Amino acid sequence: MEGTGSPRQNNPLALLFPATGRWAIRLVGDLGAIAIFFFLAFVNIFKRKQLHEIVRQVYYIGARSSLIVMLVGLFTGMVLGLQLFYTLVKFGSVGALGSAVSLSLIRELGPVLTAIMITARAGSAMTAEIGILRISEQIDALYSMRIDPVRYLISPRIAASIISFPLLTAFFDLIGIIGGYITGVVLLGTNAGTYFYRVQSSIDMIDVRGGFIKSLVFAVIVSCICCFQGYFCHMRSDGYGAKAVGLSTISAVVLSCVFILVADYAVTSFLM
Amino acid sequence: METMPLIEFQNVTKRFGDKTVLDNLNVKIYENQITTIIGKSGTGKSVLLKHIIGLLKPDEGTILFQGKPVNAMKKGEWEKYRSTIAYLFQNNALLDSMTVFENVAFPLQQTTNLSKKEIEKKALKRIEDLELTEAIDKYPSELSGGMQKRVALARALVEDPKIVLFDEPTTGQDPIRKNMILSMITHYRRKFGFTAVMISHDIPDVFFISDRIIILWEGRVGFQGSYEEATTTKIPLIDEFLRSLDGFQDELTGLLSREAFRIHYATMLGGPAKSVAISAAVLNVRLNILQDALGPQPAVEVLKALGEYTNSHFNAIGGFSARYSRDQILTIFPHTSVEEAKELVARFARKLQQGVLDNINGMALAKIDAKESFDIYIRAGVTEVLPNDKIEQIIERAEANQEIIATHRCNCEGSVQ
Repeated sequence: MEGTGSPRQNNPLALLFPATGRWAIRLVGDLGAIAIFFFLAFVNIFKRKQLHEIVRQVYYIGARSSLIVMLVGLFTGMVLGLQLFYTLVKFGSVGALGSAVSLSLIRELGPVLTAIMITARAGSAMTAEIGILRISEQIDALYSMRIDPVRYLISPRIAASIISFPLLTAFFDLIGIIGGYITGVVLLGTNAGTYFYRVQSSIDMIDVRGGFIKSLVFAVIVSCICCFQGYFCHMRSDGYGAKAVGLSTISAVVLSCVFILVADYAVTSFLM
Repeated sequence: METMPLIEFQNVTKRFGDKTVLDNLNVKIYENQITTIIGKSGTGKSVLLKHIIGLLKPDEGTILFQGKPVNAMKKGEWEKYRSTIAYLFQNNALLDSMTVFENVAFPLQQTTNLSKKEIEKKALKRIEDLELTEAIDKYPSELSGGMQKRVALARALVEDPKIVLFDEPTTGQDPIRKNMILSMITHYRRKFGFTAVMISHDIPDVFFISDRIIILWEGRVGFQGSYEEATTTKIPLIDEFLRSLDGFQDELTGLLSREAFRIHYATMLGGPAKSVAISAAVLNVRLNILQDALGPQPAVEVLKALGEYTNSHFNAIGGFSARYSRDQILTIFPHTSVEEAKELVARFARKLQQGVLDNINGMALAKIDAKESFDIYIRAGVTEVLPNDKIEQIIERAEANQEIIATHRCNCEGSVQ
């Protein structure tokens, strides 16, 4: 008979629910897999013969990212100084420029922008490097040599991220405050003493601690997502070989950025 | 009493989703042998190797190592078992961000408590053994395919494994490199005394170096045994696999295939009423020795030259020949007495010496850095063919009369004399 179908087939909502359910189940499964992956990698950080590799990764993820992080921090601080100066002028509160710049940087912009910059620079490299090791069977080769690939490849990167993220965030904050000083004081003529007095008096330890907690959370998120995407790039259904590495790198960067912002909101709401 | 296998698969089944890749598989791998696994693509050869090293676990069945189930091993025993195995990947899987030295030393750095000096000493020894000293500071991408294979072998052997698994070591290689890799496997297996398990599609080349052959057929074992057993066993599956070898033999030497030879012999000479004199000669070149000196590919070339010359020489005077084993050619001379046959063989030997063996030097040059001198000996044995003689009986008698009829000393620009 024409024009008939089951009520379920005709109802768009009935079609939406199973799709949403499948997506949710897959998401929960993936999150579970990432959690187990992180747990195994974290436990392996404390095994022997890890120090050398951790130091090497701190150099690549941390030291090699410091220049770009400081550059971004400088201009972020300068823009903040500029924008806040003209906003505060309207309320006659230019003296609060130091407080506004430093609190914005330490509480929010420092951890978030640092994490995004490291994701772009080191996170994508992590995924691509591990992905290439995977598709060229070098990870299988490690296993065949009785070397745990998670211990050798993943744990040092997670450890190095946990070490590097807070340090780079601190750099970012410091350089950002200097950037605010350049625009607010040097270019726009705010009093230097007032600027630094406001910076010093408005920042509490709880702000600094909150910023560091965020950077630690972001370190775990970024390193886990990037390593996970590279490590399992061979299991992608939408591409194989080099294409899978490329797609995994894109996924790693996009997911890391999204989860950084989601986690930022979650952590902020806990801290406030 | 049967020797205990080093590794044994007992009723091993492995499935990936709905597909059964290994189906109730029973395989035995013996110590100090080269075992070659052949089979069509997708029959589970690599899956079998990955089970040995523990990259995959069976869904059903047991894998035994020296009679002990691998899945029942404690962590320490498992680690010890794993330490006895090395795996050579098809694409070498060298760590491309490390130099040759770092690649070779890497397993020792990561899995042992040896001092830096001891690691360096062991790694350098293996690098020297595999003639890689000049490439020690190079990265894998700076090396030729053959050298990369040697680096992979050096890395695999640095921990003195008892078992080395080779996953298609010669696939996609040119004949010279293929020859070099097969020579390398036989040479170093003898030098270091490991058990080799090899997957290969290079029939018949791998038969020349294999002690034992396993034919996989849709996840099951179609045959396991020696090359000789494979060629004498009448199983359709083996015939199908070895047909390529038969074809190769015909193409290789231009001689009759064994089946064609049998028919020829039966129809022309095998009847009981024949009373004319018939003789037979067995020509032999020690392929194993030749192969050790020159490598499998030139050894095959020597055999090919011998076969072609035998065919053209004896066909012209009414004889017919077939390659009856790897390195043995049987020729039947109808209407010829033993004395006449001996004279024919002597004349053949003189011409062979002048016309064919002198060309072998060119083939010997393919063996790079050969340092040992050697002579090629062509042996022949002549016998009378009696009424109702089976071919095996003729070969047996002719072999008993074998003597050297031609020699050739290889002179590879001074390196092989």
